[in-house]
Amino acid sequence: MKIAVCIKRVPVQEGRFAIAPSGTAIDEAGLKYDVNDFDLWAVEAALRLKEKAGQGEVVIVSLGPDAVQEQIRKALSMGADRGLQLRASAVPPDPFVVATALADALRGGGYDLILFGRVAVDDAFGATGAIAAHLLGLPCVTGISTLEIANGRGRARRELEGAQEVMEFPLPAVLTIDEGLNKERLPSLKGIMAAKKKPLEVRAATLAEPRVTVRRLELPAERAAGRIVGQGAAAVPELVRLLQTEAKVL
Amino acid sequence: MPTILAYVETRAGAVRKVGLEAVAAARATADAAGGGEVHALVVGAPGVGAAAGALGEDGADAVLVLEHPAFERYNPEATSAVVADRLTRGGYRLGLLGSSAQGRDLAPRVAGVLGVPVVTDVTALRLEGEDVVVTHPIDTGKVIATLVVRGTPALVALRPGAVAAGPAPRQPRVETIAAVGDPAATRVVTTELTLGTSTRLDLGDAPVIVSGGRGLRSAENFRLVEELAGAFGNAAVGATRAVTDEGWRPHSEQIGQTGRLVSPDLYVAVGISGAIQHLAGMRTSRTIVAINKDKDAPIFKVADYGIVGDVFEVVPALTAAVRAARSAS
Repeated sequence: MKIAVCIKRVPVQEGRFAIAPSGTAIDEAGLKYDVNDFDLWAVEAALRLKEKAGQGEVVIVSLGPDAVQEQIRKALSMGADRGLQLRASAVPPDPFVVATALADALRGGGYDLILFGRVAVDDAFGATGAIAAHLLGLPCVTGISTLEIANGRGRARRELEGAQEVMEFPLPAVLTIDEGLNKERLPSLKGIMAAKKKPLEVRAATLAEPRVTVRRLELPAERAAGRIVGQGAAAVPELVRLLQTEAKVL
Repeated sequence: MPTILAYVETRAGAVRKVGLEAVAAARATADAAGGGEVHALVVGAPGVGAAAGALGEDGADAVLVLEHPAFERYNPEATSAVVADRLTRGGYRLGLLGSSAQGRDLAPRVAGVLGVPVVTDVTALRLEGEDVVVTHPIDTGKVIATLVVRGTPALVALRPGAVAAGPAPRQPRVETIAAVGDPAATRVVTTELTLGTSTRLDLGDAPVIVSGGRGLRSAENFRLVEELAGAFGNAAVGATRAVTDEGWRPHSEQIGQTGRLVSPDLYVAVGISGAIQHLAGMRTSRTIVAINKDKDAPIFKVADYGIVGDVFEVVPALTAAVRAARSAS
């Protein structure tokens, strides 16, 4: 089982966000970075599939500046076999352009599965995997929360709004991973040491001219300061009155 | 004047609210650009076209209907082929969809087929010359991006409930369209659709959401949340990631950065501290109520109204008071 997992370096979302003076970029100072949550679950899924198959290779692919090597190493320390950085000064805000660069690098790689996280929490598009699948001519199922692979075919469940659906597909395929499929393992000390020696290839990414560009970034308007209505059950009548007369939602 | 194609999402033969929202947003976008036709595309099993006429209420000038047994459940490959084909033939400026589980799947597939740009989870849009200018929250809603999308057609998936539009009723003409190739001959096949068994509203449709956190201490205590939701009568039940990770509630109820993004009229947070992960999913709610025993909990920073107190004492009292208020009105 040969599996590629595309991962993204994203700001840790608990950080304090500020806009750079240009007005079109995030101020990176003070932010910490990590692997996108959904991508960690994709790495975990790949490792489990390889372990179950008893053999195979898990290749981690990430597009971006040299800083992404830190995130590739993290995935290698979890147990992936090798890494590929597609070097670019930044990740463009156009999922089509990113998908094209990833598909170009993955094409002809002989992968049984190509996994993505369902969405990157920074750009919040969740479009790259499905576009890459089309460019590679592969079947694709997005946002999966269960996965079974047997005899060259797969079966996966997708969570919908208040419903679920099950899709079946032949391999090779592209899948995007939702929360609920698994929990990622923590890298062991041994894994961290081993990761330092694992191969990490660097290639220049070929990026087309983006057709989605940032005009402006802003911080959202703060919610007006709320108020503490009171303490304990004694405050309930006043809360209900406010919901009826002020908020008009009851 | 721009012609806009709106994809009308259906499930089990019924039009979904996000489908109507796509039509209404297309109408508003076309009108703001000086008028232009809105075509609503409905794809489903035989019988789905019965909904066509009603789409005039949301502003469709024409309804394009494709009925085929292969579309009984969501058929991603064949549907993307149909949407791409219509967009190409119809000379559309824009394709609009809902940014639901289905729309987020479909939009990038269509973009792949046509080689055009796509953006999802859009909360506002307008046409500006050759460009589509969209608003799109990034970094879990901590930053709001204004993006310029250049390309014709462009594909835009709209966050459910985000784009409000007034009524613009008209009598649409209804046209039947043909599938592209054999829609039954696809690699990916949806073999099962399981509708939620809950009689409660879905999180995306409910005007009120009552949501519970770790402060409830056990799965059994979610009864308090259920009862409060029941008292409102129009409420859905949500949960934090801590709660779904504990297995107290299903993942499908998780609200937050990695779960559902919701903006109800009223959000009641019960025993929720207000981690960033959770706030990202609900901070755009119109009115927020928080009940928590810790007066310093971050949830009180976003709440319009807070009660500091024991949820096991406050929530039953609130349930009774809401029930009384509703029976009095």
